Amino acid sequence: MADEPGASPMDAPDQPRIGVDEWVASVEGKREGYEGLTGRLQRMWDTLPVGGRLLVFAVPAAIFPLVTTEGNVFRYGLITLIYALLALGLNVVVGFAGLLDLGYIAFFGFGAYMYGILASGHSGHHWPAEFAIPVVILAGAALGLLLGLPSRRLLGDYLAIVTLFFGQAFVVFVNNANRINFPFVGHVDLTGGANGLDNIDPLDLFGWKVTSTREYYFFTLGAFVLVMMLLYFVNESRTGRAWRALREDPLAAEVMSMPVNRLKLLAFVFGAATAAFAGTIYGAVQTGAFPGDFDVGLLITIYAIVILGGAGSLAGIVVGAIVVNGVPELLRDPNQAEWVFYVAVAVVLFARLRPWPRLAGVVAGTIGLGFALHAIADAAWPRLTDGKSGGEGALAHAVESWVLLPSRPTQIANFAFVILIGALLALTLLKDVWRTVALVPTVYLAVFVWENLLIQQTAGATRFILLGALLVVLMNARPQGLFGTARVEIV
Amino acid sequence: MNWGLFWDLTVSGVTLGSVYALIALGYSMVYGILKLLNFAHGDVYMIGAFVGYFALQGLGGALHPSAAAWIVVTLMFIAGMLGGGMLGVVIERFAYRPLRNAPRIAPLISALGVSFFLQNSALLLFGASFRDYGTFDLIGAKTYHFGNVYLSVPQVLTIVSSLALMVVLTVLVARTRIGKAMRATSFDREAASMMGIDVDRVIASTFFIGSALAGAAGVMFGLVFGQIYHFMGFLAGLKGFTAAVIGGIGSIPGAMLGGLLVGLAESYATGYLPQGSTFQNLYVFALLILIILIRPSGILGKADVKKV
Repeated sequence: MADEPGASPMDAPDQPRIGVDEWVASVEGKREGYEGLTGRLQRMWDTLPVGGRLLVFAVPAAIFPLVTTEGNVFRYGLITLIYALLALGLNVVVGFAGLLDLGYIAFFGFGAYMYGILASGHSGHHWPAEFAIPVVILAGAALGLLLGLPSRRLLGDYLAIVTLFFGQAFVVFVNNANRINFPFVGHVDLTGGANGLDNIDPLDLFGWKVTSTREYYFFTLGAFVLVMMLLYFVNESRTGRAWRALREDPLAAEVMSMPVNRLKLLAFVFGAATAAFAGTIYGAVQTGAFPGDFDVGLLITIYAIVILGGAGSLAGIVVGAIVVNGVPELLRDPNQAEWVFYVAVAVVLFARLRPWPRLAGVVAGTIGLGFALHAIADAAWPRLTDGKSGGEGALAHAVESWVLLPSRPTQIANFAFVILIGALLALTLLKDVWRTVALVPTVYLAVFVWENLLIQQTAGATRFILLGALLVVLMNARPQGLFGTARVEIV
Repeated sequence: MNWGLFWDLTVSGVTLGSVYALIALGYSMVYGILKLLNFAHGDVYMIGAFVGYFALQGLGGALHPSAAAWIVVTLMFIAGMLGGGMLGVVIERFAYRPLRNAPRIAPLISALGVSFFLQNSALLLFGASFRDYGTFDLIGAKTYHFGNVYLSVPQVLTIVSSLALMVVLTVLVARTRIGKAMRATSFDREAASMMGIDVDRVIASTFFIGSALAGAAGVMFGLVFGQIYHFMGFLAGLKGFTAAVIGGIGSIPGAMLGGLLVGLAESYATGYLPQGSTFQNLYVFALLILIILIRPSGILGKADVKKV
């Protein structure tokens, strides 16, 4: 609608290509050939059979715990795998069937709590995992069906709000379910309330007690590969094709006599079962289930994984999980965060700025501006340079003589943060030379805000701010995600 | 029956309902015109509450205001509405406009990202602690009563000013040029742009009006309930949207009715239903499910006719 006349689809890569057949669009790109190193990698990836693609991921994943510490296996390995498993289930609902399910995390929480009720010191039952896991998965699937029933008549956005409310209701419920008086049974402490359900048994699979982090890692890896293969085959089947038809155009799918309601319910059930399974593992790993673990933050994280990788793409999920879990984990430690920040800024500048004299100009200009401001401030208002960098080590020391670090930064940094957001937004409106010129103070301002404000909160707010910004930027730059295929509209 | 309790619950329900109705109006207007579920709307409300708070601090704080109380409150409302409105326009310009022709899910995810960004930015800038408006110090603890019905000054203020805003909005949409353009755009965007309506401007003004109402709602909440915090927008936004859906999304009287219903339901649930104060949100959720099952397009909504 807003297109100027004469703007051909080739000018706007993020627009759907009109009038091109889907098959033509997918083959056209391949025939043109990819260029450079990334192109060669892309071609190798395209020719790889599915089993080979799985090995590309599974072999490094299996080697990973053998070469690093227990803590790293947990933070980078196990949590990433659990998130990836969760994302697999969400991908069925959002990526394959195109239903916007915002209550998805409730199923994850349900799995953890259900397993905790079946096997923990809290409830007094101690079911072995070979019985508990199928029961949890079935119960999760049943809950998915239950939520799906009132939802199947709803259009996309209504579904979103009902499921979002459901997720919220779940958190309220587990937070208070220790105080419910059931009819006939009387008072039962089901979930431990706000303190959570503790003392959950480790998984006990046919006598194999899974206890150490490494064992859990390998168990989860196995589970992930299994679920991934299962979902791959489901997606290639008749049902998978029907889901994709439903995603592209529900009305057309219905006219083609596809059982739309049943397909929606099936997608819900698959998603819920996968999430409940992931929840079981999570509960066993944590030896507890806590209401705070299942709130909107996790939901957005999992959505970020699915969307970043490209909804509908299984390979994208693995990459998405590694990026979305790995980067915030790297940010947790201020020293690492320092490096991550500067490397990220450098990478973005190097990737986006062409030709190279312009890049060199921006880098030199930023460095020069920093030293100039620092020298002026040092002479005139020494209080502006008295502070310390939040990080430690060589990089932080280098930074201290370049960035303004006020001795009491809170207020000025808060204002700078707001100005920085304005500057970044304004940057997107500027053109050509002006953008390059404006880039210099903006980068310096970003560094200033980072050193004075963001780095203190790397374990909390900062990671989520970056995650939220990442989602917005990614949607604007590449709505189909990293591995997704661009939409083709046939007219 | 305890009529005193009943009237107390009714008054607090209507107060809460006015706040929800103002939020629901913004949701409903944006949805009507863009078919976009603006998840960041609740956080605009939160920012509006904070802008009102800082306006109060700027005017000397609740204990020593630099002008008469009614001037301070008016200025707070103006600040909250302007702040919310401008934030809404900026969000639309940078997070939604580039995605207007993208698949439906893209702007939704973008909206989730904006919501998350605003919440955590507020956490970073304002801290995790509650901020107190100090209404008693500013306005006093005076109450009006009619028979059994007791009303505090902020409650009267909230109900009256939200009614006034709704009247203004209704007149604006029904009688003015920009209102006509809005209705045309929401009816058929493409046709409206062919008739020479600047659709981008109309959408931006819709966002401004809707977000200004949310900002006003934020200030009202602060005045009535005293405390504001960075996460308050999430649940309020959820309830505002629930109200919009219950009333019939896209319909302005529907949003008002829905807001009132949700507020009353929540208030009565707290007073009358078993363990209502803990599970009030679940009862509102149940109401939503019930109404959607009976009337999928809301109480005052028109059923969607799809032409192929």
